[in-house]
Amino acid sequence: MDIFANLALGFSIALSPFTLFLAVIGCFLGTIIGALPGLGPSNGVAILIPITFSMGLDATAALVLLTSVYYGAMYGGRISSILLNIPGDEPAMMTTLDGYPMAKQGRAGDALVISGVASFIGALFATIALALVAPYLARIAYKFGPAEYFALYTLAFATLGGMSSNNQAKSALAAFVGLSIALVGLDNNSGFNRFTGGNLHLSDGVDFLVAIVGLFAVSEVFVFIETHGKNSAVGVALGKVTIPWAEIWTTRWVMLRASVVGFVAGILPGAGASLGSFMTYMMEKGIAGEKGGFGSGVAKGVAAPEAGNNAAAGGALVPMLTLGVPGSGTTAVLLAVLMTLNITPGPTLFSDRPDVIWGLIAALLIANFVLLLMNVPLVKIFVRVLMVPPAVLMPGVTMISFVGIYSLSGSYFDLVLMIIFGIMGYAFRKMDIPTVPVILGILLGYQMENNLRHAMTLSDGDWTYLFSSPISIGLWIAAVLGFVAPVFLRGMLKKPEMRNIEDLVD
Amino acid sequence: MKTDRNFGVVMILCALAYIASAYNLPPGSMFDKLGPKAFPIIVAVGAILSATTMILRPDAEPDWPAIPTLLALAFASAVLVAYAYALKPFGFLVPTAIAAGVLSYQISPNARHAPIVGICLSVGLFIVFKYALGLNLLAFPRALMG
Repeated sequence: MDIFANLALGFSIALSPFTLFLAVIGCFLGTIIGALPGLGPSNGVAILIPITFSMGLDATAALVLLTSVYYGAMYGGRISSILLNIPGDEPAMMTTLDGYPMAKQGRAGDALVISGVASFIGALFATIALALVAPYLARIAYKFGPAEYFALYTLAFATLGGMSSNNQAKSALAAFVGLSIALVGLDNNSGFNRFTGGNLHLSDGVDFLVAIVGLFAVSEVFVFIETHGKNSAVGVALGKVTIPWAEIWTTRWVMLRASVVGFVAGILPGAGASLGSFMTYMMEKGIAGEKGGFGSGVAKGVAAPEAGNNAAAGGALVPMLTLGVPGSGTTAVLLAVLMTLNITPGPTLFSDRPDVIWGLIAALLIANFVLLLMNVPLVKIFVRVLMVPPAVLMPGVTMISFVGIYSLSGSYFDLVLMIIFGIMGYAFRKMDIPTVPVILGILLGYQMENNLRHAMTLSDGDWTYLFSSPISIGLWIAAVLGFVAPVFLRGMLKKPEMRNIEDLVD
Repeated sequence: MKTDRNFGVVMILCALAYIASAYNLPPGSMFDKLGPKAFPIIVAVGAILSATTMILRPDAEPDWPAIPTLLALAFASAVLVAYAYALKPFGFLVPTAIAAGVLSYQISPNARHAPIVGICLSVGLFIVFKYALGLNLLAFPRALMG
């Protein structure tokens, strides 16, 4: 079998002591980042990218470190969901529904262990499925020409936009804003400067790392200044942690079902981990029925969303690696990682750089076992981290962002640009305009334009060329559906009401 | 309501300026049929369409913070910009301590803790960045370092 040879190659790269060390560090940092409210997988990875690159790690090492952080953050999100009723990151939202009631019944330890095991099952399943599915998708992707890629990018914007806001016009506007920012700078095909206003700093274009760190991390500081960090942790108590073997065994089918559904949800462009945990929770709630007691603090209620969101995190890597199209904010950040490393995701990645791909998959498998160890027996360490007050945490995050961007570019111009993106991120959040399409636009704008121009040159200016192959027609139809369908689905699938933060006091 | 409408108008004006700027770019050639101006115009037209939708069907007014909070946010932004400019001439330690202290005070107004947080973060991060991660940072202004 091919796959064993490939995995052997991957492990031969990933099992070096240094790479293992990076995986452990990444998992540890990731779990902390996930657990802290206000820091999630996307902004956590975002602030670490510039620093990783200034350290001069090679491509595989940097990828191992940052994807370990990504997986770690997916695990860590549940900790504050369960203990504080505040999701540590968005995908962990559904875990509050049963996790917090369990904690109130004095079963916080059980909830943490069960959800930790569920995270492990979900992520392990997804990583194995990724190794099996991705090479096939990569083979299909060879059939893609510029017209298909253009349609594919449109699909990514459409579904992501459809999912990420309550108002389609706002997500579309966000995507266009991102695209228009991407076009600033020197146009490589014609050699003309565009939209720079004569500013020399801008002719290199806007660095997507600056935009990502500004929109995701700096904007968070403004939110904390506004709220004075009210939603933060005070006085968390956790008793002795034991492993409830029998209870874990009762959730085995829930975990497996949720892993499969989560993985599929993750593959869909634009869906990502939040949808994965939402779908799996609703599905298991439906299967268990009234007697299941979902919402009152049952083990299945924490197992389902955690297996689901971790499986979706793995699934989201499939379109990102094989097609170069990220399915969520976090995978958009990971795409930025690859682009900064000069690795072009897409089908050629599997043939040209098998060391990167299989080293990454092997590293993810290793990270999973490290994370299981950290998140079940050692979970108490991370609970202690939750006590860090936001008045220390958020200034720290800002300073790390500044040093990261500064050490990459060494220019105050990029820092000021980052602050502007931070203000923009804050304002957009207030207006309910999603920021993920902006990032996606900045990341994909250049390639989207190139593919369109290439397609038009091939067809000698005939626009119908964009709709001329079955693959591209399918992608266009999917794009329209993905953008419009959420309007109708929204009425049917009302999100269950989140408990008020005020409940924390009791 | 009002915010969405105003923002929509601003976006339309920006998009029009974008189109105007794109118009001055050269047209396509045989090897590049579309040229550098077509895609920017498509993007700007898309932005105008979605901004118009926002104006016609605005959402409920967002809960903007009160004026004092807005001023605090503006102040925080100004401190960060000043920090960006100060990082190079003044070295890492002093500007970082001040900026971190101000942000800390703004998140949780405690006049005794904030300076300590600022100094500890500054020194702690410097040690991590310089010695654990090997980044090239200057502790103090170049002139003082000799």
